[in-house]
Amino acid sequence: MLSINNLHASVAGKEILRGLNLEVKPGEVHAIMGPNGSGKSTLANVIAGRDGYEVTAGEVIFNGKPLLELAPEERAGEGIFLAFQYPVEIPGVNNVYMLKAALNGIRKYRGESELDAVKFLNLVKQKTRLVELKESLLNRPVNEGFSGGEKKRNEIFQMAVLEPKLAVLDETDSGLDIDALRIVANGVNQLRDGERSFVVVTHYQRLLDYIVPDVVHVLAGGRIVKSGPKELALELEQRGYDWVVGQAA
Amino acid sequence: MSTRNEDVTRLVKQDYAAGFYTDIEQDRAPPGLNEDIIALISAKKNEPQWLLDARLAAFAQFQRMSEPDWAHLHYPPIDLQSISYYAAPKRKEDGPKSLDEVDPKLLETYEKLGIPLHEQKMLAGVAVDAVFDSVSVATTFKGKLAEAGVIFCSFSEAVREHPELVRKYLGSVVPAGDNYFAALNAAVFSDGSFVYIPKNTRCPMELSTYFRINAMNTGQFERTLIVADEGSTVSYLEGCTAPMRDENQLHAAVVELVALRDANIKYSTVQNWYPGDEQGRGGIYNFVTKRGDCRGANAKISWTQVETGSAITWKYPSCILRGENSVGEFYSVALTNNYQQADTGTKMVHIGRNTRSTIVSKGISARQAQNAYRGLVRILPGAEGARNYTQCDSLLLGDRCGAHTFPYIEVRNPSAKVEHEASTSRISEDQLFYLRSRGIPQEDAVNMIVNGFCKDVFKELPMEFAVEANKLLAVSLEGAVG
Repeated sequence: MLSINNLHASVAGKEILRGLNLEVKPGEVHAIMGPNGSGKSTLANVIAGRDGYEVTAGEVIFNGKPLLELAPEERAGEGIFLAFQYPVEIPGVNNVYMLKAALNGIRKYRGESELDAVKFLNLVKQKTRLVELKESLLNRPVNEGFSGGEKKRNEIFQMAVLEPKLAVLDETDSGLDIDALRIVANGVNQLRDGERSFVVVTHYQRLLDYIVPDVVHVLAGGRIVKSGPKELALELEQRGYDWVVGQAA
Repeated sequence: MSTRNEDVTRLVKQDYAAGFYTDIEQDRAPPGLNEDIIALISAKKNEPQWLLDARLAAFAQFQRMSEPDWAHLHYPPIDLQSISYYAAPKRKEDGPKSLDEVDPKLLETYEKLGIPLHEQKMLAGVAVDAVFDSVSVATTFKGKLAEAGVIFCSFSEAVREHPELVRKYLGSVVPAGDNYFAALNAAVFSDGSFVYIPKNTRCPMELSTYFRINAMNTGQFERTLIVADEGSTVSYLEGCTAPMRDENQLHAAVVELVALRDANIKYSTVQNWYPGDEQGRGGIYNFVTKRGDCRGANAKISWTQVETGSAITWKYPSCILRGENSVGEFYSVALTNNYQQADTGTKMVHIGRNTRSTIVSKGISARQAQNAYRGLVRILPGAEGARNYTQCDSLLLGDRCGAHTFPYIEVRNPSAKVEHEASTSRISEDQLFYLRSRGIPQEDAVNMIVNGFCKDVFKELPMEFAVEANKLLAVSLEGAVG
């Protein structure tokens, strides 16, 4: 599904990713862990297509298509979703209105007809239950005045409505208390259906107690230096990153 | 996160859909400004002597005044002698008696602009007065309004049919000597709309005037006077367009509103005069004086404006809060793109006790445009318990445009409460990326953010026009981010 080969990417002239390789198959959950500054968020942003990241070498293939040539909205149309580490506030823009425009934008990209208001609202109702999102947040401006936990739940809620093929979660656990973490993880787990894939970027093993990964990767110095089964995360939690990074060097 | 401003400022050609010209036979005064021209305008309209005298007195005052230079605007001096002060589509001596007699070319022009004048095709519940260059060409739904006792007609007709009302209120809010452009208007104004709502009457439909400048080298100097008698209510909308031309055209209008005791006037403007091209050639110079007078207790005047057009906008719709408990409101969206300049805002003058005013101003600048908010809140000694709330926000698209805020506050009563909030923000790459990553195409994402920014103002517009304003903003910003 997702195939990243020898990816090199720079931000403001500084090379962050240095020959990264990653292979994600349908239905798999991959955790990306690693020390600060190793390039985890850069990887998430390059996949989603944020401006300001210059890819100097390598390729990203998504379902057979070269992803790097596409605009962010086209990538969304192809089925990619990024849950933001810091969800953005958009004053005056109604949360549900935005989501309807997003869903219809994606449907249009795929040559499907727009969803009518009734069907859309039914879909929204159903998905709010998934992450226990207060209905009062639906008609508030996007993320404005939301608590940290509400913002992250809103991300997962949007993901649930947009039903991506690949979801990239960029430190979705940061700033969440344990209850919010469980709710968010529960939402993600319900979206696991054997087809949808996840790339979960995280600092801490804690999240992986709830979202159990198929593979754990350690990202260091812009490369994946070690990959292993879910137990690797526990080992990292106990021993830190130094031994892996040292091994790789 | 590095942002790339060159991306934000890359622009494509914007589309001005109202930029066409109607080829129609003109009755036109030669260019020039002098007493003979003023006499000619007055004679064309068969005006009574008192009005000609008022025009000449205004002209005498005008000649002693000089053009104001305090605004944050830059433009070459306007040569008032090169402008023609009267242009009218040729027509039968007495003017059309009904819509059937209106030149089909004119009807076609308004159809093209989306303002059909045939009553059966009209937006339900909106009466329109259409002003083409210097004259009013049609007023719809007059019969229905007359049943309610509402007078809605062209200014010229009001002078003929209701001289006592015109004489009583004309210049009572904006006197001829008020300012340079108001004095010019008082001397040469040609037509405009007149509204009178009788006591305790709620006007049965929205009233609307549609201004169109068509002729070349012509100024438009219309005069609007709205009088809401005690306990009455009216909502009025004004729209404006002009053809695309390389030279600048002058528009210097005066709008006077009078709200007597318990009366309520809501005045909304969607201004889309030709803004000039991407290089800053052409466009309307829009120098307008708008003022409302809350003359009685509990009167309310609310201005809502969406300004997307004109090369230059100089305009400060104001409220004189004379009556006790009277209320003034000003909600404004001013968008400037390319080389457009706007210096706009409001004045709230609190005279009566417990008077309240609200100001919400949203300025948007893209490319090299300059946008200034200029506001005055004046609380006079007698305005016990007066309150004002001002919110003034600017949104920048790109890094070559400018937003400027000039708030003036004068408080001479210690019991008054005045609040002022201001913010300036740039449309952020983060917001854009967030929306795009959700599948929303870039232009839609920009429009969504800008419309969100303007929401507090759009919600004050009558429903049909709020939708129009949304679309207009989208067109005006087309390609502003790319």
